[in-house]
Amino acid sequence: MKHIKTLSTAMLKKTAATGGCGECQTSCQSACKTSCTVANQSCENK
Amino acid sequence: MIHKFSMDGINIVMDVDSGAVHIVDNVVYEIVDDFKELSEKEIFEKYHNKFSEEEIKEALEEIKELEKEEMLFTEDDYEFVLPKVTNRNPVVKALCLHVAHDCNLKCKYCFAEEGEYHGKRSLMSAEVGKAAIDFIIKNSGARKNLEIDFFGGEPLMNFDVVKEIVEYGREQEKLHNKNFRFTITTNGILLDDEKMEYINKHMHNVVLSLDGRKEVNDNMRPKAGGQGSYETIVPKFQKLADSRNQTDYFVRGTFTKHNLDFAKDVMHLADLGFKQISVEPVVAEDEMDYAITEKDIPVIYDEYENLAKLIHKSRQEGKWFNFFHFNIDLKGGPCVVKRLAGCGSGTEYLAVTPEGDLYPCHQFVGKEEFKMGTVYEGVKDEKRREEFEGCNVYSKPDCKVCWAKFYCSGGCAANAYQYGGSILSQYKTGCELQKKRIECAIYLKAKEALSE
Repeated sequence: MKHIKTLSTAMLKKTAATGGCGECQTSCQSACKTSCTVANQSCENK
Repeated sequence: MIHKFSMDGINIVMDVDSGAVHIVDNVVYEIVDDFKELSEKEIFEKYHNKFSEEEIKEALEEIKELEKEEMLFTEDDYEFVLPKVTNRNPVVKALCLHVAHDCNLKCKYCFAEEGEYHGKRSLMSAEVGKAAIDFIIKNSGARKNLEIDFFGGEPLMNFDVVKEIVEYGREQEKLHNKNFRFTITTNGILLDDEKMEYINKHMHNVVLSLDGRKEVNDNMRPKAGGQGSYETIVPKFQKLADSRNQTDYFVRGTFTKHNLDFAKDVMHLADLGFKQISVEPVVAEDEMDYAITEKDIPVIYDEYENLAKLIHKSRQEGKWFNFFHFNIDLKGGPCVVKRLAGCGSGTEYLAVTPEGDLYPCHQFVGKEEFKMGTVYEGVKDEKRREEFEGCNVYSKPDCKVCWAKFYCSGGCAANAYQYGGSILSQYKTGCELQKKRIECAIYLKAKEALSE
């Protein structure tokens, strides 16, 4: 494409069916302890 | 829903509900807002003085193609995922053990009131700690990976008990097919070689509290006698970080109204050699002199942008370091179920007091009405558990329509309660800062992609 460069493709819809195993790290616990940031975590099943 | 922003000459369009993120030129950046509202003819008429007909035509074609591929204007149809969040069997997978309600620093902004959490000084016994291990094993269902964080106050003030709990956990995990990940949060005052060795052997992650420049740190993090803590802790933290090969730890600072130029603190920590850095805004009542209020937001926005540029420059020069809140996984990251459910406080994640009482998270400890049970009898306040279980992106009206919902997952329940009186309300200043951090994180990814 000439006008658009895609940085990240759509992936949320795919995870709706497969996700939810719950093995991932608890978000607040990992580093900050005062705010909730989830998108910087990784999936345990990858 | 789409969200767009422009930073440092880079235009970004985010397709919120699919997770797609695009770098776009000025033509697309302008007309994308009108794509769903106006006809093509009207778009040509509106922009013909600004862009050529060919440019508009090409841009419209590309937007149409991405819409077809569900990477633009995707609908939020995740409500069907909600039962995966709300109908889960109750499972506890993380505990924050308050091994010491006591501290050897007198940090001015401490939400734990110098470690005591509105109560009296106390240390957790090994017996309570072991009961917490038994409790999580019993309540963790099929989850294999379990987290135990040693927190305080200052956990090194009760390190022998920490060791006993770790050893008990290691014994029990084999018997029950679990994997404990221990972490510890410390101010470093009591850190010595022996403790470092133990921590490196057993702790999956370590959080080291340090605010940045000496004068900034020492102003907010004095010792009991008023002297600063910087000189005591920095050499120890540097040694610990190096001994962990600069991974699996964070130096974690807090910035306040007194250092709104906090990018200098982040860069100072990087100059000290730390590669894993987390510095974030204080959460305090507006009347405190160090509190961050709505009025400070524009200055903090500028500072976050400044920091993002400094981080990029530093990385370009070969000096890589990670800033936790600008860290974003655009190519994978957590599933949408996790993004909807948030931090898990009050359900998957609980805090344990030195006496063995259970609270929804460390920030609720000391608020008696939030006591949910004990490690001996388990969670007894089922109503409270359900309240937290029902707390997700879709149960908060403001979050439901917010572009940042799948990045912050509805934010912190404790902050919402502190500011709005309900875990379903919002801490708006926190939201505004969170949104800016997400934009900066995406900006950094875009800069990297464009310089490849």
